[in-house]
Amino acid sequence: MALTTAPDPTRRGTGSVRPDANRRGTGRIRHGEGLAGYVFLSPWLVGLMGITALPMLLSLYLSFTNYDILTPLSEVEWVGLANYERMFTSDPSWWHSVRVTLSFALIAVPLKLAAALGVALLLNRAWRGVGLFRGLFYLPSLLGGSVALAIVWVNMFNRDGAFNSFLALFGIQGKPWVNDPDWALETLMVLAIWQFGAPMVIFLAGLKQVPTELYEAAAVDGAGKFRQFVNVTLPMLSPVIFFNLVLETINGFQGFTAAFVLSNGTGGPVDSTLMYTLNLYITGFTNLEMGYASAMAWVFLIAIAIITVIFFSTGRFWVHYSDGEDR
Amino acid sequence: MVADTVAPNRATRPQRPRSRSWLRLVVLLAIVAVVLYPLFWMIGTSVKSQEEIVNNIGLLPRNFTPGNYTDGWTNFDVSFARFFLNSAMVSLLTLVGNAVSCLLAAYAFARLRFRLRGLWFAVMIGTLLLPGHVLIVPQYILFRSLGLVGAEWPYLPLLIPQFLATEAFFVFLMVQFMRGIPRELDEAARIDGANAFGIFRHVILPLSRPALVTTAIFSFIWTWNDFFRQLVFLSDLSDYTVPVALTLFIDSTSQSAVGPMFAMAVLSLLPVFGFFVAFQRMLVEGINTSGLKG
Repeated sequence: MALTTAPDPTRRGTGSVRPDANRRGTGRIRHGEGLAGYVFLSPWLVGLMGITALPMLLSLYLSFTNYDILTPLSEVEWVGLANYERMFTSDPSWWHSVRVTLSFALIAVPLKLAAALGVALLLNRAWRGVGLFRGLFYLPSLLGGSVALAIVWVNMFNRDGAFNSFLALFGIQGKPWVNDPDWALETLMVLAIWQFGAPMVIFLAGLKQVPTELYEAAAVDGAGKFRQFVNVTLPMLSPVIFFNLVLETINGFQGFTAAFVLSNGTGGPVDSTLMYTLNLYITGFTNLEMGYASAMAWVFLIAIAIITVIFFSTGRFWVHYSDGEDR
Repeated sequence: MVADTVAPNRATRPQRPRSRSWLRLVVLLAIVAVVLYPLFWMIGTSVKSQEEIVNNIGLLPRNFTPGNYTDGWTNFDVSFARFFLNSAMVSLLTLVGNAVSCLLAAYAFARLRFRLRGLWFAVMIGTLLLPGHVLIVPQYILFRSLGLVGAEWPYLPLLIPQFLATEAFFVFLMVQFMRGIPRELDEAARIDGANAFGIFRHVILPLSRPALVTTAIFSFIWTWNDFFRQLVFLSDLSDYTVPVALTLFIDSTSQSAVGPMFAMAVLSLLPVFGFFVAFQRMLVEGINTSGLKG
């Protein structure tokens, strides 16, 4: 699912991720309201059980089997930890997809956020035309996840593409970047960075929350523009940076469409664009090794959970909440 | 209104020298050029002849070739009209499903008190970060065992989750929005004899329109652009949606399909672009709504 945007952390204060039950005293359940609550909640509850929880349990079970879609579920064979063993010890393409995904996220996400913050700082002044620029920069975030844009990208970085025409202006002889195992993933990183608009919009909203008095106080103390940026803007913006970092990293791990289009669903050239989710798709739906694919999905889920926990536990040391509340 | 959430609330800062703001404008325009170049290049390529696609490095074609559009439209055994109809149907039904089911769940979380509410809310927040790719294999198996994959009308596996509020982002967005609706209105309705359903019908529903519109727009655009689930669940050519059909161009090895492929790529982006033009403010600010409201 293309979760390009998500709730925003610029909202400070209590209870932003908690229902407001405690706001009004004991939270005693009014007569009939408990029933009404479950009536309104029922579609979500059915979805949680049937579309999320049950599939998760099923996939956990299948990850210990050799299930392929062709044999009936009742006849699957329990193989214990064999799938996990194979993944960690004897599947070079799995390790390769881990490396591809990590390098994609580690390079593309920081560059994308840096671009987003840089442009947000350029735009962060009340003047006419800000809205227009903001909209234009946001447009790629709306279009960029599509198959159409992936097709454009692949052709742009192909032998006769626009990028080589641009290089030719400087007398540089280009090459078909998307067919070169050393460069194919880099073209996908550029596509990700091109979509800097969504985090930029969130940065802009965060910048507006920084009290002007802080800059004035810093200026009075003799701080120049750079010192103001380091000592005022960055700390005040750290919750938003944190939020964007978590969100974009998790999104980055899930990149699928562009890698699929570039490689026609193979992860090529020479597995250079074999993103984890693409590998998962090939394993489950091309090779029909659904037991093994389930094990890959669970490792992916646990990895994302661990990374999220690492983010949140290290965030305590560098994320500054102005209301002094410890989350 | 949603539009109010990002209204500038800073005091004006001292003006910088004029030259600095000119420099800023030049830098911004340069970035705009880089950002928009791929889109213009796409449009230009879609009206170039096959020969020019290889030889003409400029943005504009020397020989305007609109034939790419008609060629692309009928390039496969099934016309693109069908693919567009399929995409529109899936996207619109998804929009309806998300709007209705997420609104109901959000009302429960934002306003009603019931046992285990805190637990369920925490679970909902947890699913915000759950990657959809993790669930695709078991969901496929489940829908297949129910006979819904490859059925006469194969879209149920794409739509059922959307009618069950599984898109937690929209639930969260609406919860945050509803928290901004004054509780005094609930109380007034309650004094007038309204129960939880009456309050939903007469207070929350009408006042939640901005959040509903934001949900509807994002819902449509994300589904229109979505590829992964549609790739997994659709197998018959005549059932394909636009993104899945576009990948067929990549399969065909002949170079002659590049122009028509670009033409169809341009057409596939038009609905999203239309939404962007019509609701630009709302889209940009919708991102912040969930965070800044309430």
